[in-house]
Amino acid sequence: MIKIWSVKKNEEAAAKKKPKMTAAQLRVQKDLTELELPDTMKTHFPDPADVLNFTLTITPDEGIYKGGQFNFTFAINPNYPHEPPKVRCTQKIYHPNLDLEGNVCLNILREDWKPVLNLSSVMVGLQYLFLEPNPDDPLNKEAAEDLRRNRQSFISNVNTSMRGGSVKGERFDSVLIRS
Amino acid sequence: MGANGLANGSSSLSGSNGLNGESSKRYASYLANSNRYEAVDRMLDRRGPWTDEQFVGGSEAKAFLRQKAKILVIGAGGLGCEILQNLALTGFSDIHVIDMDTIDISNLNRQFLFRESDVGKSKALCAADFIMSRVPGVKVTPYHGKIQDHAPDFYMQFAIIIAGLDSISARRWINATLVNMVDEENEDSLKPLIDGGTEGFKGQARVILPTITSCYECSIDMLTPPTVFPVCTIANTPRLPEHCIEWASVLEWPKTFKDKKLDTDDPEHIEWLYQKATARAAMFKIEGVTWQLTQGVVKNIIPAIASTNAIIAASCCNEAFKIATTCAPYLNNYMMYTGNSSIYTYTFEHGKRDECPVCGGEASLVRISKDWTLEQLVEHLKEAQEFKLSRPSLSSESGPLFWYDPPGIYEATKGNLDKLVFDLLGPEGGAVSVTDKALPAANLSLEIQFE
Repeated sequence: MIKIWSVKKNEEAAAKKKPKMTAAQLRVQKDLTELELPDTMKTHFPDPADVLNFTLTITPDEGIYKGGQFNFTFAINPNYPHEPPKVRCTQKIYHPNLDLEGNVCLNILREDWKPVLNLSSVMVGLQYLFLEPNPDDPLNKEAAEDLRRNRQSFISNVNTSMRGGSVKGERFDSVLIRS
Repeated sequence: MGANGLANGSSSLSGSNGLNGESSKRYASYLANSNRYEAVDRMLDRRGPWTDEQFVGGSEAKAFLRQKAKILVIGAGGLGCEILQNLALTGFSDIHVIDMDTIDISNLNRQFLFRESDVGKSKALCAADFIMSRVPGVKVTPYHGKIQDHAPDFYMQFAIIIAGLDSISARRWINATLVNMVDEENEDSLKPLIDGGTEGFKGQARVILPTITSCYECSIDMLTPPTVFPVCTIANTPRLPEHCIEWASVLEWPKTFKDKKLDTDDPEHIEWLYQKATARAAMFKIEGVTWQLTQGVVKNIIPAIASTNAIIAASCCNEAFKIATTCAPYLNNYMMYTGNSSIYTYTFEHGKRDECPVCGGEASLVRISKDWTLEQLVEHLKEAQEFKLSRPSLSSESGPLFWYDPPGIYEATKGNLDKLVFDLLGPEGGAVSVTDKALPAANLSLEIQFE
C-alpha cells in the first residue's frame, strides 16, 4: 500500500488556524442548532457558554403522564458522539423505565447508541418513554409489574405520584404544571 | 486484467453456492494453481520506469493485495458490478460492497452479476453471492443499506474505498465523511477515495486523497445543472418534443389533478403525459414525442452505456491496484472520458480549493472593519456569494457568540449582535466556527481579521 502519509508530510504545511474547539463541541453545536423540538420539549442552558451541559424539560401533551413537567440533565463528554450523552432525570418519578435515582432506561443511551444518532434522537426517545412506558424493559420493577398487571391501577398510582403523593410507601416529587 | 484461470471456474456457476464433489475438486485445483495470477504477477515482480521508490514488489506487495487489503465498493449497480468483477480478478480477496437498491428488470442488460430470478432482491447481496461463487477464494461482504447509516468507525476499517454512485448527495456525503475522518495523529485515518461516474457516453474517474488532493466538494461547481426549459417557452413557444412533455408534466398535470403528485414510476401517469404531449406536439407540428422519451424527460433518465461503465470501472480498479501495490504512479487526479467524440480521454490535476467548505485546511479568511457589529458579520455570511448561509450560528473558542437555535442560547446570545466583533474576539481577531443547515460539512471555520 502506498504511504500516503509521506505525501501529506511533504506537502507544505499550511498554517492551520482552526478554532481550538473539540470535535465534540463542534458536533454539539451542529446538533443543537439543528434541533427541531416540538412544543412539548424545551432546552435550558444554566451557563450559555457551556453547551455541553444543559437541561431538557418535557411536558407531555397526551398519555398517562400528561399534566406533568419532567426535567432531565444532559452531560456531554469530549468523546461525543463516540459515547452517548449522560442523561438523568432530576425528579423522583413513578415510571417503569426510570429508577428512583433518576437513571433512565433507554436503549439508545446505552447499548444501541451509535455516533450517527444525535441529541435530537435522544430527546425524542425520552419523550416517547412518557407516551409509551415500556414494562418489558424496567428500571423500576414495581412500576413495571404494576403496569403489566393492571393498567388502571398503574394510571391511578402515576396520578398520585405526580401530585407528590406516596405509592407503595415511596414518596414521589410533585411534577404537576402549576396553572 | 487477470482473465487467465477464469475458464476453470466459469462452469461451476450453477446458481447455487453449494459445491458438489466435482466442483469442489475444481475449486481446490483453481486455488492451488500457481499460474492463477500470472498476468498480475508480471506487474508486481519487477519495477517499471515510473515505479515509486517505495515499491518493494514481490511477495510483500502480493501479500498485501491478496491477504490484507480490505476494500469497500460503494454501489453495486452498473459501475459496481464491473468494479467488483475487476477487483476480484485482480487479486483483492477481502471486498466489501454496500448498496441500498434492489434489482430492477431494466438493470439486467448491463448489471451482469444479476439474473432475472434476482429481480426485487438486494443488489449488494446478489452481487456478493455471484462474485463468491464465480471467483474462488474471494470473500465479498455485502451491506444492504444506506452509506449514511454507517459511522466513521465503519469506514475506518478499509484501506481503499471505491465509489460507483449515481447520486451527487451520496458522493458529497462520503467525501465529507472521509475528509473529516483524517486525524493528524493517525496515519491510518487517511482513506484514498476512488470515484467513478458515468453519464451516457461520458465518464470520469478520480483519485481523492482526503485533505491532500482536491476533494469532491472542491469541484462541485463543475457539475452541469440539469436541463430545465424556461416556463415561458414550454407554455407559449414549444420547438422541441421535450418542450411538449415538460408542458404536460409541469403545467397541465397540476392544473388537471390539483394536489395529486405525479408519480414518475406509475405507467398510467406517464401514459397520461404522453397523450397530452402528443396532442400538443401535433398542434405545433413538432415530431419526436414517444412514450420512452416522455418517461426519460420526466424521470431525467440518462441512458446508461455498458461499455462506458466498463471503461470507467477498469480505470477505477487500475487505480486501486496501483495504490495497493505501489507498482506504478496513481492517477493525479482527474480523468475524464468522452466516448461520444471518439474515445477521448483527458487527465489533469484538479486544484484544491483553499476555501472548500469540506477540505479547506485553513479557515476561510474574512477581513472586516473594526466597527462591524456581530450582526453585520451574520448578515455578511447570509449574503456573500461564497457563503450564502440561511441561519448561521457562530461560536468562538470561549463559547457561543450568536446562535439562532435553541431558544435558550438564542436569548442568551442575541445581545451580542449589537456588540462589535472587535470587542468580542479581541484586537487580533480569531477563529469562529459556523454551523448552518446549508453547509454540506458539519462546520465552517472562519478566520476573522480586522482591516
